[in-house]
Amino acid sequence: MTDVVSPVAGIPKAKSVRRDIGIKRRYAAERRFRAYGIAALSFGIIFLMLLLWSVVSKGYTAFQQTMITMPVEFSQQIIDPQNERATNPQKLMTANYPVVARNALAKLLNVSVDDRVAARAVSQMLSDGVRVQLRDLVVANPAIIGTTQTVRLLASGDIDSAYKGQIDLNVSQENRKINDQQLAWMTQLSDSGALAKHFNSGIFVNGASSRPEAAGVGVALIGSFYMMLIVLVLALPIGVAASIYLEEFAPKNKFTDLIEVNINNLAAVPSIVYGLLGLAVFVNFMGLPRSASFVGGLVLTLMTLPTIIIATRAALKAVPPSIRAAALGLGASKMQTIFHHVLPLAMPGILTGTIIGLAHALGETAPLLLIGMVAFVANYPTTPLDPSTALPVQIYMWANEAERAFVERTSGAIIILLLFLILMNVGAILLRRRFERRW
Amino acid sequence: MNTSLILLILAIIGMAAYVAGARHAMALVGGISSKLHSRPGYYGSFVAVWAILPAVVILFVWLVASPMYISSSVRGAFPEEVKTQSQAEQGLSYGMITSIARGMNALTGDEIARIENNPVELRTALGAKGVALAGDPQPFMVKAAAELNRMTFVSRILMTIVVLGASIGGALFAYRQIAPRFRARNRVEKVVLGSLVVASSIAILTTVGIVASMLTEAAHFFTAIPAWEFFFGTVWDPRFAAAGSGGSEGQFGLIPLLLGTLYIGFVAMLFAVPIGLFSAIYMSEYASPKVRAVAKPLLEVLAGIPTIVYGFFALTTVGPFLRDISSQLNGLVTGDYANFIQAQSVLTAGFVMGIMLIPYVSSLSDDIITAVPRALRDGSLGLGATRSETIKKVVLPAALPGIVGALLMTASRAVGETMIVVLAAGVAARLQINPFEPMTTVTVKIVNQLTGDLEFTSPQTLVAFALGITLFAITLCLNIYALYIVRKYREQYE
Repeated sequence: MTDVVSPVAGIPKAKSVRRDIGIKRRYAAERRFRAYGIAALSFGIIFLMLLLWSVVSKGYTAFQQTMITMPVEFSQQIIDPQNERATNPQKLMTANYPVVARNALAKLLNVSVDDRVAARAVSQMLSDGVRVQLRDLVVANPAIIGTTQTVRLLASGDIDSAYKGQIDLNVSQENRKINDQQLAWMTQLSDSGALAKHFNSGIFVNGASSRPEAAGVGVALIGSFYMMLIVLVLALPIGVAASIYLEEFAPKNKFTDLIEVNINNLAAVPSIVYGLLGLAVFVNFMGLPRSASFVGGLVLTLMTLPTIIIATRAALKAVPPSIRAAALGLGASKMQTIFHHVLPLAMPGILTGTIIGLAHALGETAPLLLIGMVAFVANYPTTPLDPSTALPVQIYMWANEAERAFVERTSGAIIILLLFLILMNVGAILLRRRFERRW
Repeated sequence: MNTSLILLILAIIGMAAYVAGARHAMALVGGISSKLHSRPGYYGSFVAVWAILPAVVILFVWLVASPMYISSSVRGAFPEEVKTQSQAEQGLSYGMITSIARGMNALTGDEIARIENNPVELRTALGAKGVALAGDPQPFMVKAAAELNRMTFVSRILMTIVVLGASIGGALFAYRQIAPRFRARNRVEKVVLGSLVVASSIAILTTVGIVASMLTEAAHFFTAIPAWEFFFGTVWDPRFAAAGSGGSEGQFGLIPLLLGTLYIGFVAMLFAVPIGLFSAIYMSEYASPKVRAVAKPLLEVLAGIPTIVYGFFALTTVGPFLRDISSQLNGLVTGDYANFIQAQSVLTAGFVMGIMLIPYVSSLSDDIITAVPRALRDGSLGLGATRSETIKKVVLPAALPGIVGALLMTASRAVGETMIVVLAAGVAARLQINPFEPMTTVTVKIVNQLTGDLEFTSPQTLVAFALGITLFAITLCLNIYALYIVRKYREQYE
């Protein structure tokens, strides 16, 4: 190859041949890698949106309920034919109120109640809950017997679904829950303004019911409230005390090491194991009642303790040693230093951790299933020892119901649960923003 | 006097003791508090502690011990022919006696005297008071019930006297100790320190409680079913026995449940690990502070959503969606519109659980990646590596042990997760490998065996505790190993 390296040429050609270090390929790889990151992040966020959207789109209708407003004649003949309510108050409790409501609706629709088939179809348009609604009215004020009052009554769950457009009307009427006749009546009532959607306060106050239109989370809210109260009263002082000991007093030895490892492990124990503990110790061994929010509160306390301890220790650690040194230097005892100076400064962090722990406990379901909170409770619990349910457990029970209208209720209950969680978390964030100090 | 009333009285005595103690200390030095060793409040607290603490301890010991003592002495008085019966039957008799005793409290003395020797009438009388009996009471039971009531009554009165006596006695004892140079603060602080120690040992007690309660119940189970049949059995068929029948025994094979748990956990990790890891890398290495400030909390919202909500999402949205799309796909390819993905399947549960786990993976790995020292990155970038090369060849290898630890912790969450699988995985315990078919998990079976009417003697119920201890052992091992790895890794850079 002598002709290439010619000594005559003197200066080699100034063609700069850069060594190919694959810069294009490497930059492409760089871009790809970055794109994976963005894709992963967006995937997570898209699914968060999808989850929330799926719950809200299914559930927002649960806050409205279809009701029929109509004049109801409280006929003495049906409610109390023998006129014995003065001597037998039980009479008013057991009277045939559904017929009262049916007759009123039939009159409004110009249907004869003697036509059995039509009368049945009419009564199917009203919820079974009207029995309780009318009974409560009459018991509260027996004087209305014999008069005609305008009353707003619950429509049945099927009418409710149909009116909200959740029933496919293209299906032939044999395969549908409401027939064409009822549909026509529904349109007629809606045109006359008698049938309309109203704000559904029942979902917040009613207890369990097998009828979706009359079911609510009232009992569950009270049960959850009791449990949160118990968790707060027990877990906060115990957790703070334990953290103070471990952070400020504990000597470095095998025993405190054991407690440390233990707490870290307890934070990761599956929640259902706490349920088993509660069932075996609180219910079976101590004989506390099943389904009681007291037991639920105890179980959730044990479950929340590690979270609170970990948060409290972090908050105590964040208080600078100069504070302690100053207090000790002025003659305070160690106990006084901690309780008068360190603890108040750590309080915002402790409370933030506590609220987050409480929010976690509020959404916990599995351990409560085991201690028997899967119960049909229609009456408000008056003490924490009465049977009750909890909000997430109510959601679980409704999610297992076959009826279509319960999907709407379940989503509605989830929205309520999520609202509480958002409220608690926003509270925690505000607390941190407002009081957090950086040294 | 009932317990809450006693506690209330104790609280009042305590408050009075506090005020009295503080006043007494001040009076001793003529109102000049600097002459006291401690501040007056400490003298008050000292007296209050003596008034309340011993009394409360006595109260609780009494409450625990007296039912045991009464029960053993009532059982000791059983007729000989009853004593020869099995423990379970004696337990039943004792249960009936407590019911009778409860019912007799609602009856008047004359009524009891009239029906004492007529079991049938007694049963109806008690039924009228809302106390239903399982069978006709035998005469010895009525006597035992009366004895039980008498002892309980005596015990209550004695307890009230002793507890209130201890409270007042303690307060007086402490009150008389008060002197200007008395070191009240040191005494009170010792008590506070003691209560701190007690509080922190609750963590230990919880673990002991978990292990002990589950081991004892599981031991009962293993007396009925041999351990090797449980741990190595491949068929899960517990045959729910009706309450009281107790005769029919099912098969309790752990293997199908364990494999289902691991399979669903594996599918979940398949989704969660790449997505979580890449999000963490992007957020810690690429994202601007603004993007990070928005994206990180958003991802963490996923961790704050209760698992029951994920379960409902899987049940009503993801499951039906996968089912429908599989039938569409099948239709396009073969013309047969049959779905090949079940609505409840390993895939549905695994996928939704994967979404739930994303924030765990991402926030744990984010912390670990951020903890890799800046100098390592700068060195690699200075040598001409691109960012992704730096991450792949320098940062990730350095962070690997920590990330493995994080993944192990995440895996233990996947194993212990309950509500998603209860709603989305199915209940049929089957051994199969198709991810489109339902399988079930350990946690689902714990819930299934323990909801509904329980009988704490049948293996059908007790098996839940054997499952629980297995689950506890698995997650404990995963967590301890993860902690060990994370701790070891941390030491490298410190």
